[in-house]
Amino acid sequence: MVVALARRRRRGRLAVVGTAAVLGAVVLLSIGTGPVGVPPGTVARILAAHLLPGEHEATWTAAQDQIVWSFRLPRVLMAVLVGASLAVVGALLQAIVRNPLADPYVLGASSGAALGAVGALALGASVPGLLVSGSAFGGAAVAGVIVYVLASRGGRIESLRLVLAGVALSYLFSAATGWITATADHGRLPGLLFFLLGSISSATWEMLTLPAIALVLGLAYALRRASHLDAAMTGDETAASLGVDMTRLRVEVLVVTAAMTGAVVAVAGGIGFVGMVVPHVCRLLVGASHRVLLPFATVAGALLVVLVDTVARTAASPREIPLGVVTALVGAPFFLWLLRTRPVGAER
Amino acid sequence: MSGVRVERLSVRLGQTQALADVDLEVRPGEVLGLLGPNGCGKSTLLRTMYGTQRPTTGSVHLDGLDVARSPRREVARRCAVLTQDHATDVELSVMDVVLLGRIPHPASQRSAAGDLRLAADALARTDALHLADRAFPTLSGGERQRVLLARALCQDPRVLLLDEPTNHLDVTHQLDLMRTVGSLGVTCVVALHDLSLAAAHCHRVALLDAGRLVAVGTPEEVLTPERVEATYRVACDLLTHPRTGRPLVALSPRVPSSPIAQEAP
Repeated sequence: MVVALARRRRRGRLAVVGTAAVLGAVVLLSIGTGPVGVPPGTVARILAAHLLPGEHEATWTAAQDQIVWSFRLPRVLMAVLVGASLAVVGALLQAIVRNPLADPYVLGASSGAALGAVGALALGASVPGLLVSGSAFGGAAVAGVIVYVLASRGGRIESLRLVLAGVALSYLFSAATGWITATADHGRLPGLLFFLLGSISSATWEMLTLPAIALVLGLAYALRRASHLDAAMTGDETAASLGVDMTRLRVEVLVVTAAMTGAVVAVAGGIGFVGMVVPHVCRLLVGASHRVLLPFATVAGALLVVLVDTVARTAASPREIPLGVVTALVGAPFFLWLLRTRPVGAER
Repeated sequence: MSGVRVERLSVRLGQTQALADVDLEVRPGEVLGLLGPNGCGKSTLLRTMYGTQRPTTGSVHLDGLDVARSPRREVARRCAVLTQDHATDVELSVMDVVLLGRIPHPASQRSAAGDLRLAADALARTDALHLADRAFPTLSGGERQRVLLARALCQDPRVLLLDEPTNHLDVTHQLDLMRTVGSLGVTCVVALHDLSLAAAHCHRVALLDAGRLVAVGTPEEVLTPERVEATYRVACDLLTHPRTGRPLVALSPRVPSSPIAQEAP
């Protein structure tokens, strides 16, 4: 029996490492894909020249170097950070509300963050900046608190109420964002629209720092709390009887996910469905034990968004389809399938 | 081994007096059955014992620890609970579920190998070791309860609290579970609906009605026809099991029509 458990854990680790290897390959391919194609071998050599010390013989053009290092790599890394962060946020939220439909979008955090960011922009803040990120975090945190208060009754969170409150709040925040957008100066419009649709097309190196820090800290927190998250999924009373303080866990998770969502939305706008779909599929593949689920979802979320972003910038070339549009095209049918196969609110 | 001491315990939940002035001593090593109709306060009493419900007045001491004044983890190191709210669709393996029992114990006293050994031992004690590698949602009701009992044992508790553990089980699995509970040698408090089941497996039983402790003692002492009728408003006769000699509560289909009996206190 114990051997079987060890085998399953090894299989989980293998799934993480294997998917990470695929992610690496897809990143190389994605960097090479675009209006100007660069072969993966050349991409790898250009990256090596920048990352590894020592002399490197340049077998590529300066234009190729610039395309790979200054434009595509930050963008692909942004896709990695966005996908990984949203997947971790989704996994955390789904555990504490015991509902597979929970994600930063459904629970209002994304639209709260977008409202915060758009509000800051309309008042004259520039992208990327701490002010926009801070406002996005503030918006996500406020949304989290409101949804939590609306959904709790006598100290207990009702999962269906939580989702409904989140959806309603999302509409409210989106309406406010729309209002600001409609009355904003024309000069500010493109930047504002970006938050509504979700895009990483203007990713630069500087924009990567905050989401990267948020992801590392958030993931570290989540892994530390892995067994408590497992317990939380089994029910409030059970978790409490195991010594887990559920109220504290929920508050911690809401703060951590608000920070991660804020960091992502501030640079990439609102990107839906990733946070819901990825943890759910990962749970079906490797089980719900968070020690395996969290690393796997991190890698899988990154993989999905890199792939989706590659499609977004090549499918209608030379036009770009906003990333959020493509994730919704993939995610909405999945969401509907989930609705059909799982009774809403049946969290037992 | 140690017991539970409940002193002058009262709990108000909103407008309702869920428990009123309850005094109860659970002796070390005994299996105490908690009986009473729906809403009489069985679950609330159990919840004050593991600390998710705070007493309005009075106190609960568990293994010498004042439950309401102690950190939840401290309580969880001494007492394990089989709640009624355990989710059945969590995609965890049986082993993962049993290992949850190690959560309250300090990391300094744990090791991966040690935890696994304890979990395997616990599964063996509830005769569920063969299920270790199964996914929890695929278990039957009886298997699930045995796994959850193993999780509770993996917590290495001095006191085990069980809230209607035989719900949704067929008679075979009910007897099976109660026999296992009785064989553990751990102080147990079990909330039950089936009076005969309680009489057969509990050293003593406590009868609650509308938040008050009506009686506590051996099943023969407590389950008199008068008391059962007054508490459950169902007529009954107390028989003796022809094989085990334990009391057997035979409920009558006749509902007493006395207006006094129908009026709730």
